Amino acid sequence: MKIKLDRTVCDGFGKCASRAPAVFSLDEWGYASLERGLSAEADLPPELEQPARRALLDCPVHAITERPRVR
Amino acid sequence: MPTLTTGAHPAVRPRLLRGQAGREDRTAYEAAGGYQPGLAGAGLIAAVAASGLRGRGGGAFPAARKLAVVARQRGEKVVVVNGEEGEPASVKDRWLLRARPHLVIDGALRAAQAVGAGTIYFYVSDAGAAISLDAALAELASIPADLRVWPVEASYVAGEETAAVNALNGRPAKPSEKPPRPFEAGVGGLPTLVSNAETIASLPAISGGRVGEAPSFLLTLSGAVPRPGLYEVPFGIPLGEATEVLGGLAGPARGYVMGGYFAGLLSTRGHHLPLDYDALRAAGSGLGCGAVTVLGADDCPVGVAALLLAYFGRENAGQCGSCFNGTAAMAGVATALACGEAGPAEVARLAHWSGFLPGRGACATLDGAAGVAATLLREFPAEVDAHQREACGTCVATDFLAAGRPFALTPDSIAPPVEAAL
Repeated sequence: MKIKLDRTVCDGFGKCASRAPAVFSLDEWGYASLERGLSAEADLPPELEQPARRALLDCPVHAITERPRVR
Repeated sequence: MPTLTTGAHPAVRPRLLRGQAGREDRTAYEAAGGYQPGLAGAGLIAAVAASGLRGRGGGAFPAARKLAVVARQRGEKVVVVNGEEGEPASVKDRWLLRARPHLVIDGALRAAQAVGAGTIYFYVSDAGAAISLDAALAELASIPADLRVWPVEASYVAGEETAAVNALNGRPAKPSEKPPRPFEAGVGGLPTLVSNAETIASLPAISGGRVGEAPSFLLTLSGAVPRPGLYEVPFGIPLGEATEVLGGLAGPARGYVMGGYFAGLLSTRGHHLPLDYDALRAAGSGLGCGAVTVLGADDCPVGVAALLLAYFGRENAGQCGSCFNGTAAMAGVATALACGEAGPAEVARLAHWSGFLPGRGACATLDGAAGVAATLLREFPAEVDAHQREACGTCVATDFLAAGRPFALTPDSIAPPVEAAL
C-alpha cells in the first residue's frame, strides 16, 4: 500500500498523527508530513498499513489518499 | 537596479552568450550555424547524457534522464520551456529569451523531436521575453510543432515545474504535491517535459557536436562587484576567480548569496570553492540557477538573511502549513536578531527550524528558506553572536518592514525590451 499526503490540502487537524504516529509527524503548528524514510513512491511497511488506513479515513480534509497500484 | 554587462570567461568559446546587442533574428541565428541538422532522437539524448548537462533552473536534475523518461512513454506528449525565472537575482533566462529567442526555439524543437512531443509551450513571465519570442516565431515559415507563448504573472513559485503545469492547465501558478510529476501527468494530463530555458538553449550545441571538454553555463554575478553582469563561464572555476577576473573585485568579498536566494549564504571560504554542482553541494552551498550575489563591506549577513527570509515569508505559495508558518517564524527571529532583539533561545529555535523544516513542503521553497537560516548560523557565527548583543550599524539603517526583493535584477541594460528599442 502506497499513500500520498497532500500538504497543500492539510489543514493541521492532526488526526493522522494520533491514528498513525509512526507514519505521520506534525510540526509545531500541527501540520503533517510523512515520517522521515517514508515516501509516496514506496510501499508502507505492512504493520503500518492498518493505522495509515485509519488516518486516511479520519482526515477531515481528505489530504491522505491511497495511490493506485500500477499494472 | 545595477547596469549589467555581458562577457565570457577567457577559457570559454561562448555558445549561449552573444556579443552583439539587440535581439538575434532568424537570419543572424542561421548565419551563426543555427537550425542545422544534427544529432536527434535517441542519439541526441545519448549526447546530452555524455555532456553531463543538468537542469539549469536550479534543480540540477540530469537533463538526459528527464528527456528519456518522457521519450519512452507512448502517445501524445508536451514540452514546456520554462523561462519564468522566479529567482530575483538571476537574469539569464530572461536575457536568453529576449536576446537569443531562436537559440531557445531551436533547442525546444530538438527536445520535442527527441521526446516525441507535438506541442511546445514557452512559459514566461517577462513581457520582453514574450514579445521577443512572438517576433521570432513570426520569422519562421514552417515549424514541425505547435508552438505557443504562455505568459504568466511573475512570482517566486510560478517557475516550479508543477506550478508551470498547473498554470498551463488553467489553474493558479502554484506548486502541487508530488507525485505525479509532470513526466507522469503534466499539461492536459499528458507526459510533459518541463525544462529550463538555459537547459533547452544548451541542446543545439550538443546536437551539433559542439560541446567541448569544458562545458559552460551562464553566471549572473551581481552585488558588490565593479562589473556586475551575465557571464558565460566554465564549470569548476573558483568563485573568487569569477568575482575578480570577471566582476573586477579587488580581493575576497565579505560573503556571497548563492543560487539566486535558494542556496543561501556563504562566507569568504567560498572564494576558493569551484563553481561546480557537486563541489558546492558538498560544501553545504549550491550553484542553483547560477546567480551569485557578492556581499561587500556595506552588507550585513544577518540583515541579508532577515530580508531573504521575509521574502520567503511573503512569496511562498501560502499552501503548505509548515511553509507559511515556518518561513514567517524564521523571518521573525532573523529580523529580531538583526534588530539586536534576539538571544540564545531565539537563535536555538532558528537552528531547530533550519534542520527540522526541510522536506516539509510540497515544493522546495521551504527548503530554500530553511537553508538561508542554516547557512547564516553556520557561515557567520561571529556576526550572529554579535547581533545577540546589539544590532550593527548596517542593520540599524535597514528597513526590515519594506517588502523588498534584495539584489533583484532586470536584464533591461543588456537586452532592452523590444518596445524600448523602437
